[in-house]
Amino acid sequence: MSRFLQVAWLVVRKDLRVESRNKEMLLTTLFFAVSCVLVFSFGFVRGGAAIEGSASGVLWITIAFSGTLALGRAFERERHHDALRGLLMAPVDRPAIYVGKLVGVLLLLAVVEALVVVMIAFLFQAPLFRHGWWLLTLLSLGTIGFASVGTLFSAMLLRTRSRAVLLPVLLYPVTIPVLIMGVSGTFALVQPDPDLVLARVWVSLLFFFDIVFVTLALWTFEPVMTE
Amino acid sequence: MNRRLFPWLIGLSLVFFVVAPILIVRAPLEQEMGLIQKIFYFHFSAWMAMYLSICVLGISSAQFLFRRKPAADRLAVSAAEAALVFGLMGLITGPIWAVKSWGVWWNWDARTTIALILELILVAYLLLRSYGGPGSDRLAAGLGMFAMANLPFLYISTNIWRTIHPPTSVVPTLPVDFGIPLWWSFAGFIVLCLALLTARVRLEEQRATLDRLYLALEDE
Repeated sequence: MSRFLQVAWLVVRKDLRVESRNKEMLLTTLFFAVSCVLVFSFGFVRGGAAIEGSASGVLWITIAFSGTLALGRAFERERHHDALRGLLMAPVDRPAIYVGKLVGVLLLLAVVEALVVVMIAFLFQAPLFRHGWWLLTLLSLGTIGFASVGTLFSAMLLRTRSRAVLLPVLLYPVTIPVLIMGVSGTFALVQPDPDLVLARVWVSLLFFFDIVFVTLALWTFEPVMTE
Repeated sequence: MNRRLFPWLIGLSLVFFVVAPILIVRAPLEQEMGLIQKIFYFHFSAWMAMYLSICVLGISSAQFLFRRKPAADRLAVSAAEAALVFGLMGLITGPIWAVKSWGVWWNWDARTTIALILELILVAYLLLRSYGGPGSDRLAAGLGMFAMANLPFLYISTNIWRTIHPPTSVVPTLPVDFGIPLWWSFAGFIVLCLALLTARVRLEEQRATLDRLYLALEDE
Protein backbone atom coordinates (compact mmCIF):
# COMPACT_ATOMS: atom_id res chain seq x y z
CA MET A 1 0.00 0.00 0.00
CA SER A 2 2.76 2.45 0.90
CA ARG A 3 4.56 1.50 -2.33
CA PHE A 4 1.36 2.28 -4.22
CA LEU A 5 1.14 5.72 -2.60
CA GLN A 6 4.85 6.28 -3.14
CA VAL A 7 4.49 5.65 -6.87
CA ALA A 8 1.42 7.87 -7.05
CA TRP A 9 3.31 10.62 -5.24
CA LEU A 10 6.27 10.28 -7.66
CA VAL A 11 3.91 10.77 -10.61
CA VAL A 12 2.33 13.83 -8.95
CA ARG A 13 5.73 15.28 -8.12
CA LYS A 14 6.94 14.74 -11.68
CA ASP A 15 3.90 16.53 -13.12
CA LEU A 16 4.14 19.39 -10.61
CA ARG A 17 7.82 19.86 -11.35
CA VAL A 18 7.31 19.94 -15.13
CA GLU A 19 4.32 22.26 -14.73
CA SER A 20 6.17 24.64 -12.40
CA ARG A 21 8.77 25.21 -15.09
CA ASN A 22 6.50 26.58 -17.79
CA LYS A 23 3.03 26.79 -16.12
CA GLU A 24 1.39 26.30 -19.49
CA MET A 25 -1.53 24.12 -18.41
CA LEU A 26 -2.26 26.16 -15.31
CA LEU A 27 -2.34 29.54 -17.01
CA THR A 28 -4.25 28.45 -20.10
CA THR A 29 -6.85 26.57 -18.08
CA LEU A 30 -7.27 29.49 -15.66
CA PHE A 31 -7.68 31.95 -18.48
CA PHE A 32 -10.17 29.70 -20.22
CA ALA A 33 -12.24 29.39 -17.00
CA VAL A 34 -12.22 33.17 -16.56
CA SER A 35 -13.39 33.72 -20.16
CA CYS A 36 -16.07 31.09 -19.67
CA VAL A 37 -17.49 32.81 -16.59
CA LEU A 38 -17.39 36.18 -18.33
CA VAL A 39 -19.22 34.87 -21.37
CA PHE A 40 -21.87 33.31 -19.15
CA SER A 41 -22.26 36.53 -17.21
CA PHE A 42 -22.93 38.39 -20.49
CA GLY A 43 -25.71 35.92 -21.13
CA PHE A 44 -27.24 35.57 -17.71
CA VAL A 45 -26.76 38.86 -15.89
CA ARG A 46 -29.28 41.49 -16.95
CA GLY A 47 -29.32 44.98 -15.54
CA GLY A 48 -26.97 44.08 -12.72
CA ALA A 49 -29.06 41.16 -11.50
CA ALA A 50 -28.41 37.54 -12.37
CA ILE A 51 -31.19 35.25 -13.56
CA GLU A 52 -32.32 33.21 -10.58
CA GLY A 53 -30.50 29.92 -10.16
CA SER A 54 -28.02 30.62 -12.93
CA ALA A 55 -24.99 30.87 -10.64
CA SER A 56 -25.00 27.19 -9.67
CA GLY A 57 -25.37 26.09 -13.28
CA VAL A 58 -22.62 28.40 -14.51
CA LEU A 59 -20.27 27.20 -11.77
CA TRP A 60 -20.56 23.56 -12.72
CA ILE A 61 -20.56 24.12 -16.48
CA THR A 62 -17.34 26.12 -16.12
CA ILE A 63 -15.82 23.30 -14.06
CA ALA A 64 -16.91 20.77 -16.69
CA PHE A 65 -15.49 22.76 -19.61
CA SER A 66 -12.21 23.68 -17.88
CA GLY A 67 -11.94 20.14 -16.63
CA THR A 68 -12.32 18.74 -20.14
CA LEU A 69 -9.60 21.08 -21.36
CA ALA A 70 -7.26 20.00 -18.54
CA LEU A 71 -8.06 16.31 -18.95
CA GLY A 72 -7.44 16.44 -22.68
CA ARG A 73 -3.88 17.37 -21.91
CA ALA A 74 -3.35 15.29 -18.79
CA PHE A 75 -1.40 12.63 -20.66
CA GLU A 76 -0.16 14.94 -23.40
CA ARG A 77 3.42 14.98 -22.14
CA GLU A 78 3.55 11.20 -22.14
CA ARG A 79 2.72 11.05 -25.83
CA HIS A 80 6.15 12.28 -26.84
CA HIS A 81 9.41 10.33 -26.85
CA ASP A 82 7.64 7.09 -25.93
CA ALA A 83 7.29 8.34 -22.37
CA LEU A 84 4.02 6.48 -21.92
CA ARG A 85 5.61 3.16 -22.83
CA GLY A 86 8.36 3.85 -20.33
CA LEU A 87 5.82 4.65 -17.66
CA LEU A 88 3.80 1.52 -18.37
CA MET A 89 6.92 -0.66 -18.44
CA ALA A 90 7.91 0.43 -14.95
CA PRO A 91 7.57 -2.42 -12.42
CA VAL A 92 4.83 -0.66 -10.48
CA ASP A 93 1.10 -1.05 -9.98
CA ARG A 94 -0.53 0.61 -12.98
CA PRO A 95 -3.45 1.96 -10.93
CA ALA A 96 -0.85 3.94 -8.96
CA ILE A 97 0.00 5.83 -12.15
CA TYR A 98 -3.70 6.54 -12.59
CA VAL A 99 -4.01 7.85 -9.03
CA GLY A 100 -0.95 10.06 -9.52
CA LYS A 101 -2.42 11.58 -12.67
CA LEU A 102 -5.80 12.00 -10.99
CA VAL A 103 -4.28 13.90 -8.08
CA GLY A 104 -2.44 16.15 -10.52
CA VAL A 105 -5.67 16.97 -12.35
CA LEU A 106 -7.49 17.55 -9.04
CA LEU A 107 -4.83 20.01 -7.88
CA LEU A 108 -5.12 21.95 -11.12
CA LEU A 109 -8.92 22.03 -10.92
CA ALA A 110 -8.77 23.09 -7.25
CA VAL A 111 -6.87 26.23 -8.23
CA VAL A 112 -9.27 26.90 -11.12
CA GLU A 113 -12.33 26.42 -8.91
CA ALA A 114 -10.99 28.71 -6.21
CA LEU A 115 -10.83 31.51 -8.75
CA VAL A 116 -14.10 30.64 -10.47
CA VAL A 117 -16.10 30.53 -7.21
CA VAL A 118 -14.87 34.00 -6.25
CA MET A 119 -15.67 35.36 -9.72
CA ILE A 120 -19.16 33.89 -9.77
CA ALA A 121 -19.92 35.09 -6.24
CA PHE A 122 -18.91 38.55 -7.41
CA LEU A 123 -20.44 38.70 -10.92
CA PHE A 124 -23.66 36.82 -10.17
CA GLN A 125 -24.06 38.16 -6.62
CA ALA A 126 -24.56 34.62 -5.41
CA PRO A 127 -24.12 33.90 -1.68
CA LEU A 128 -21.72 31.03 -2.37
CA PHE A 129 -19.73 31.55 0.84
CA ARG A 130 -22.73 31.48 3.14
CA HIS A 131 -22.29 27.75 3.73
CA GLY A 132 -18.66 27.57 2.79
CA TRP A 133 -17.88 24.11 4.18
CA TRP A 134 -20.88 22.56 2.44
CA LEU A 135 -19.86 24.15 -0.83
CA LEU A 136 -16.30 22.96 -0.38
CA THR A 137 -17.50 19.39 0.22
CA LEU A 138 -19.81 19.53 -2.76
CA LEU A 139 -17.10 20.90 -5.05
CA SER A 140 -14.51 18.37 -3.83
CA LEU A 141 -16.74 15.35 -4.29
CA GLY A 142 -18.09 16.55 -7.61
CA THR A 143 -14.63 17.32 -8.98
CA ILE A 144 -13.33 13.92 -7.84
CA GLY A 145 -16.23 12.20 -9.61
CA PHE A 146 -15.72 14.19 -12.80
CA ALA A 147 -11.93 13.92 -12.83
CA SER A 148 -11.80 10.21 -11.97
CA VAL A 149 -13.84 9.30 -15.04
CA GLY A 150 -12.06 11.92 -17.15
CA THR A 151 -8.55 10.75 -16.26
CA LEU A 152 -9.43 7.20 -17.22
CA PHE A 153 -10.98 8.23 -20.52
CA SER A 154 -8.10 10.56 -21.28
CA ALA A 155 -5.64 7.71 -20.76
CA MET A 156 -7.81 5.35 -22.80
CA LEU A 157 -8.01 7.70 -25.75
CA LEU A 158 -4.33 8.61 -25.79
CA ARG A 159 -3.48 6.60 -28.87
CA THR A 160 -6.90 6.90 -30.51
CA ARG A 161 -7.71 8.76 -33.66
CA SER A 162 -9.95 11.83 -33.19
CA ARG A 163 -9.25 11.76 -29.44
CA ALA A 164 -9.80 15.52 -29.06
CA VAL A 165 -13.44 15.27 -30.05
CA LEU A 166 -14.06 11.83 -28.59
CA LEU A 167 -13.08 12.81 -25.04
CA PRO A 168 -16.03 15.18 -24.47
CA VAL A 169 -18.33 12.85 -26.44
CA LEU A 170 -17.53 10.00 -24.04
CA LEU A 171 -17.05 12.02 -20.87
CA TYR A 172 -20.17 14.19 -20.69
CA PRO A 173 -22.87 11.50 -20.80
CA VAL A 174 -21.14 9.48 -18.09
CA THR A 175 -20.55 12.50 -15.84
CA ILE A 176 -23.93 14.21 -16.30
CA PRO A 177 -25.19 12.64 -13.01
CA VAL A 178 -22.24 14.27 -11.20
CA LEU A 179 -23.09 17.63 -12.73
CA ILE A 180 -26.79 17.28 -11.91
CA MET A 181 -25.99 16.46 -8.28
CA GLY A 182 -23.47 19.29 -8.07
CA VAL A 183 -25.82 21.88 -9.57
CA SER A 184 -28.78 20.76 -7.45
CA GLY A 185 -26.66 20.75 -4.29
CA THR A 186 -25.22 24.19 -5.02
CA PHE A 187 -28.67 25.54 -5.81
CA ALA A 188 -29.97 24.21 -2.49
CA LEU A 189 -27.20 26.17 -0.76
CA VAL A 190 -27.57 29.51 -2.54
CA GLN A 191 -31.34 29.88 -2.53
CA PRO A 192 -32.77 32.67 -0.37
CA ASP A 193 -33.94 29.97 2.06
CA PRO A 194 -31.13 27.37 1.96
CA ASP A 195 -32.16 23.73 2.20
CA LEU A 196 -29.31 22.01 4.06
CA VAL A 197 -31.15 18.70 4.35
CA LEU A 198 -31.44 18.47 0.57
CA ALA A 199 -27.83 19.56 0.18
CA ARG A 200 -26.81 16.73 2.49
CA VAL A 201 -28.74 14.23 0.34
CA TRP A 202 -26.89 15.37 -2.77
CA VAL A 203 -23.54 15.27 -0.97
CA SER A 204 -24.21 11.69 0.17
CA LEU A 205 -25.20 10.64 -3.35
CA LEU A 206 -22.08 12.25 -4.77
CA PHE A 207 -19.97 10.42 -2.22
CA PHE A 208 -21.56 7.11 -3.20
CA PHE A 209 -21.13 7.89 -6.88
CA ASP A 210 -17.44 8.72 -6.32
CA ILE A 211 -16.82 5.44 -4.51
CA VAL A 212 -18.38 3.45 -7.35
CA PHE A 213 -16.62 5.24 -10.17
CA VAL A 214 -13.17 5.58 -8.63
CA THR A 215 -13.25 1.86 -7.87
CA LEU A 216 -14.37 1.07 -11.40
CA ALA A 217 -11.67 3.32 -12.86
CA LEU A 218 -8.94 1.69 -10.73
CA TRP A 219 -10.20 -1.71 -11.80
CA THR A 220 -10.33 -0.99 -15.54
CA PHE A 221 -7.17 1.13 -15.89
CA GLU A 222 -4.84 -1.85 -16.14
CA PRO A 223 -6.68 -3.91 -18.82
CA VAL A 224 -7.53 -0.83 -20.86
CA MET A 225 -3.93 0.42 -20.97
CA THR A 226 -2.39 -2.94 -21.81
CA GLU A 227 -1.24 -3.19 -25.40
CA MET B 1 -26.00 -22.08 -32.85
CA ASN B 2 -27.19 -18.64 -33.84
CA ARG B 3 -28.19 -19.75 -37.31
CA ARG B 4 -30.62 -22.30 -35.94
CA LEU B 5 -31.91 -20.16 -33.09
CA PHE B 6 -32.78 -17.07 -35.10
CA PRO B 7 -35.75 -18.39 -37.15
CA TRP B 8 -37.36 -19.75 -33.96
CA LEU B 9 -36.90 -16.50 -32.09
CA ILE B 10 -38.23 -14.39 -34.94
CA GLY B 11 -41.18 -16.74 -35.40
CA LEU B 12 -41.97 -16.61 -31.68
CA SER B 13 -41.76 -12.82 -31.53
CA LEU B 14 -44.04 -12.64 -34.56
CA VAL B 15 -46.61 -14.69 -32.68
CA PHE B 16 -46.29 -12.41 -29.66
CA PHE B 17 -46.71 -9.24 -31.70
CA VAL B 18 -49.67 -10.52 -33.69
CA VAL B 19 -51.56 -11.46 -30.52
CA ALA B 20 -50.43 -8.45 -28.43
CA PRO B 21 -52.69 -5.82 -30.09
CA ILE B 22 -55.68 -8.11 -29.56
CA LEU B 23 -54.91 -8.43 -25.86
CA ILE B 24 -54.24 -4.71 -25.55
CA VAL B 25 -57.52 -3.73 -27.20
CA ARG B 26 -59.36 -6.17 -24.95
CA ALA B 27 -57.72 -4.81 -21.79
CA PRO B 28 -59.95 -2.53 -19.69
CA LEU B 29 -59.68 1.24 -20.11
CA GLU B 30 -57.93 2.91 -17.21
CA GLN B 31 -60.12 5.33 -15.28
CA GLU B 32 -58.10 8.51 -15.40
CA MET B 33 -56.00 8.24 -18.52
CA GLY B 34 -58.28 6.36 -20.88
CA LEU B 35 -56.94 5.16 -24.21
CA ILE B 36 -53.49 6.76 -23.89
CA GLN B 37 -52.67 4.48 -20.95
CA LYS B 38 -52.38 1.54 -23.39
CA ILE B 39 -49.09 2.88 -24.69
CA PHE B 40 -47.72 1.75 -21.32
CA TYR B 41 -47.72 -1.91 -22.44
CA PHE B 42 -45.13 -1.21 -25.14
CA HIS B 43 -43.37 1.59 -23.26
CA PHE B 44 -42.62 -0.59 -20.23
CA SER B 45 -41.66 -3.57 -22.41
CA ALA B 46 -39.31 -1.50 -24.58
CA TRP B 47 -37.50 -0.21 -21.48
CA MET B 48 -37.22 -3.73 -20.05
CA ALA B 49 -35.70 -4.93 -23.33
CA MET B 50 -33.29 -2.00 -23.15
CA TYR B 51 -32.31 -2.89 -19.56
CA LEU B 52 -31.69 -6.48 -20.63
CA SER B 53 -29.49 -5.29 -23.50
CA ILE B 54 -27.53 -2.96 -21.23
CA CYS B 55 -26.92 -5.77 -18.73
CA VAL B 56 -25.69 -7.97 -21.60
CA LEU B 57 -23.51 -5.05 -22.76
CA GLY B 58 -22.00 -4.58 -19.32
CA ILE B 59 -21.31 -8.24 -18.66
CA SER B 60 -19.87 -8.97 -22.12
CA SER B 61 -17.76 -5.78 -21.93
CA ALA B 62 -16.31 -7.00 -18.62
CA GLN B 63 -15.65 -10.43 -20.13
CA PHE B 64 -13.92 -8.92 -23.14
CA LEU B 65 -11.87 -6.50 -21.06
CA PHE B 66 -10.69 -9.03 -18.47
CA ARG B 67 -10.78 -12.35 -20.37
CA ARG B 68 -10.15 -11.14 -23.93
CA LYS B 69 -12.85 -13.33 -25.49
CA PRO B 70 -13.59 -12.04 -29.04
CA ALA B 71 -17.10 -13.50 -28.87
CA ALA B 72 -17.81 -11.26 -25.88
CA ASP B 73 -16.84 -8.20 -27.92
CA ARG B 74 -19.20 -9.22 -30.73
CA LEU B 75 -22.02 -9.66 -28.23
CA ALA B 76 -21.24 -6.29 -26.64
CA VAL B 77 -21.55 -4.30 -29.88
CA SER B 78 -24.76 -6.15 -30.78
CA ALA B 79 -26.22 -5.45 -27.34
CA ALA B 80 -25.30 -1.75 -27.62
CA GLU B 81 -27.18 -1.42 -30.91
CA ALA B 82 -30.20 -3.31 -29.57
CA ALA B 83 -30.23 -1.16 -26.41
CA LEU B 84 -30.11 1.99 -28.54
CA VAL B 85 -33.09 0.88 -30.63
CA PHE B 86 -35.26 -0.17 -27.68
CA GLY B 87 -34.26 2.91 -25.73
CA LEU B 88 -35.36 5.08 -28.65
CA MET B 89 -38.71 3.31 -28.63
CA GLY B 90 -39.06 4.05 -24.93
CA LEU B 91 -38.02 7.68 -25.35
CA ILE B 92 -40.56 8.18 -28.14
CA THR B 93 -43.50 6.41 -26.47
CA GLY B 94 -42.82 8.14 -23.15
CA PRO B 95 -43.44 11.74 -24.27
CA ILE B 96 -46.51 10.65 -26.26
CA TRP B 97 -47.96 9.31 -23.02
CA ALA B 98 -46.63 12.22 -20.99
CA VAL B 99 -48.23 14.98 -23.06
CA LYS B 100 -51.66 13.53 -22.30
CA SER B 101 -51.11 12.57 -18.66
CA TRP B 102 -48.78 15.27 -17.38
CA GLY B 103 -49.46 17.98 -19.94
CA VAL B 104 -45.77 18.31 -20.91
CA TRP B 105 -43.75 16.49 -23.57
CA TRP B 106 -40.72 16.29 -21.31
CA ASN B 107 -39.88 17.12 -17.71
CA TRP B 108 -36.51 16.65 -16.15
CA ASP B 109 -37.45 14.19 -13.48
CA ALA B 110 -34.89 11.64 -12.30
CA ARG B 111 -35.87 8.58 -14.29
CA THR B 112 -36.47 10.26 -17.65
CA THR B 113 -33.21 12.18 -17.27
CA ILE B 114 -31.10 9.14 -16.52
CA ALA B 115 -32.81 7.18 -19.29
CA LEU B 116 -31.76 9.92 -21.69
CA ILE B 117 -28.21 9.85 -20.28
CA LEU B 118 -28.00 6.10 -20.87
CA GLU B 119 -29.11 6.64 -24.44
CA LEU B 120 -26.36 9.25 -24.87
CA ILE B 121 -23.79 6.83 -23.46
CA LEU B 122 -24.89 4.24 -26.00
CA VAL B 123 -24.51 6.74 -28.84
CA ALA B 124 -21.05 7.61 -27.47
CA TYR B 125 -20.18 3.90 -27.36
CA LEU B 126 -21.17 3.41 -31.00
CA LEU B 127 -19.34 6.58 -32.09
CA LEU B 128 -16.21 5.30 -30.35
CA ARG B 129 -16.52 1.92 -32.08
CA SER B 130 -17.01 3.58 -35.47
CA TYR B 131 -14.43 6.37 -35.32
CA GLY B 132 -11.97 5.31 -32.65
CA GLY B 133 -9.71 3.35 -34.95
CA PRO B 134 -7.77 0.24 -33.90
CA GLY B 135 -7.96 -0.70 -30.26
CA SER B 136 -11.32 1.01 -29.76
CA ASP B 137 -12.99 -2.30 -28.94
CA ARG B 138 -11.22 -2.44 -25.59
CA LEU B 139 -11.86 1.21 -24.86
CA ALA B 140 -15.52 0.77 -25.71
CA ALA B 141 -15.62 -2.22 -23.35
CA GLY B 142 -14.46 0.09 -20.55
CA LEU B 143 -17.19 2.55 -21.48
CA GLY B 144 -19.76 -0.27 -21.57
CA MET B 145 -18.96 -1.12 -17.97
CA PHE B 146 -19.46 2.49 -16.93
CA ALA B 147 -22.87 2.40 -18.64
CA MET B 148 -23.82 -0.62 -16.58
CA ALA B 149 -22.62 1.05 -13.38
CA ASN B 150 -25.12 3.85 -14.04
CA LEU B 151 -28.01 1.39 -14.20
CA PRO B 152 -28.67 1.01 -10.44
CA PHE B 153 -28.91 4.78 -10.15
CA LEU B 154 -31.67 4.67 -12.77
CA TYR B 155 -33.64 2.06 -10.87
CA ILE B 156 -33.46 3.53 -7.37
CA SER B 157 -33.90 7.12 -8.56
CA THR B 158 -37.69 7.08 -8.45
CA ASN B 159 -37.66 5.62 -4.98
CA ILE B 160 -35.26 8.13 -3.48
CA TRP B 161 -36.03 11.38 -5.25
CA ARG B 162 -39.45 13.03 -5.36
CA THR B 163 -40.68 12.63 -8.89
CA ILE B 164 -43.91 12.54 -10.82
CA HIS B 165 -42.89 9.42 -12.79
CA PRO B 166 -44.98 6.45 -11.57
CA PRO B 167 -42.94 4.76 -8.84
CA THR B 168 -41.59 1.26 -9.35
CA SER B 169 -44.24 -0.24 -7.07
CA VAL B 170 -46.98 0.27 -9.70
CA VAL B 171 -46.21 -2.82 -11.78
CA PRO B 172 -46.37 -5.50 -9.06
CA THR B 173 -49.75 -4.19 -7.85
CA LEU B 174 -51.46 -4.17 -11.26
CA PRO B 175 -54.78 -6.00 -11.45
CA VAL B 176 -54.84 -9.14 -13.62
CA ASP B 177 -56.79 -7.54 -16.48
CA PHE B 178 -53.96 -5.07 -16.97
CA GLY B 179 -51.30 -7.61 -16.11
CA ILE B 180 -51.95 -10.09 -18.93
CA PRO B 181 -51.37 -7.76 -21.91
CA LEU B 182 -48.43 -6.19 -20.05
CA TRP B 183 -46.55 -9.41 -19.44
CA TRP B 184 -47.44 -10.69 -22.91
CA SER B 185 -45.97 -7.54 -24.50
CA PHE B 186 -42.99 -7.80 -22.14
CA ALA B 187 -42.34 -11.38 -23.29
CA GLY B 188 -42.72 -10.32 -26.93
CA PHE B 189 -40.17 -7.54 -26.59
CA ILE B 190 -37.69 -9.78 -24.76
CA VAL B 191 -37.96 -12.44 -27.47
CA LEU B 192 -37.56 -9.77 -30.16
CA CYS B 193 -34.51 -8.42 -28.35
CA LEU B 194 -32.96 -11.89 -28.25
CA ALA B 195 -33.76 -12.42 -31.94
CA LEU B 196 -32.07 -9.13 -32.89
CA LEU B 197 -29.04 -9.95 -30.73
CA THR B 198 -28.73 -13.37 -32.37
CA ALA B 199 -28.86 -11.89 -35.87
CA ARG B 200 -26.41 -9.11 -35.07
CA VAL B 201 -23.90 -11.43 -33.35
CA ARG B 202 -24.07 -13.70 -36.40
CA LEU B 203 -23.24 -10.71 -38.63
CA GLU B 204 -20.21 -9.89 -36.46
CA GLU B 205 -19.06 -13.52 -36.55
CA GLN B 206 -19.25 -13.52 -40.33
CA ARG B 207 -17.26 -10.27 -40.47
CA ALA B 208 -14.59 -11.77 -38.21
CA THR B 209 -14.43 -14.90 -40.43
CA LEU B 210 -14.09 -12.70 -43.53
CA ASP B 211 -11.23 -10.74 -41.93
CA ARG B 212 -9.46 -13.95 -41.02
CA LEU B 213 -9.83 -15.26 -44.57
CA TYR B 214 -8.51 -12.01 -46.10
CA LEU B 215 -5.50 -12.09 -43.79
CA ALA B 216 -4.87 -15.76 -44.63
CA LEU B 217 -5.10 -14.91 -48.33
CA GLU B 218 -2.61 -12.05 -47.98
CA ASP B 219 -0.18 -14.27 -46.14
CA GLU B 220 0.01 -16.72 -49.02
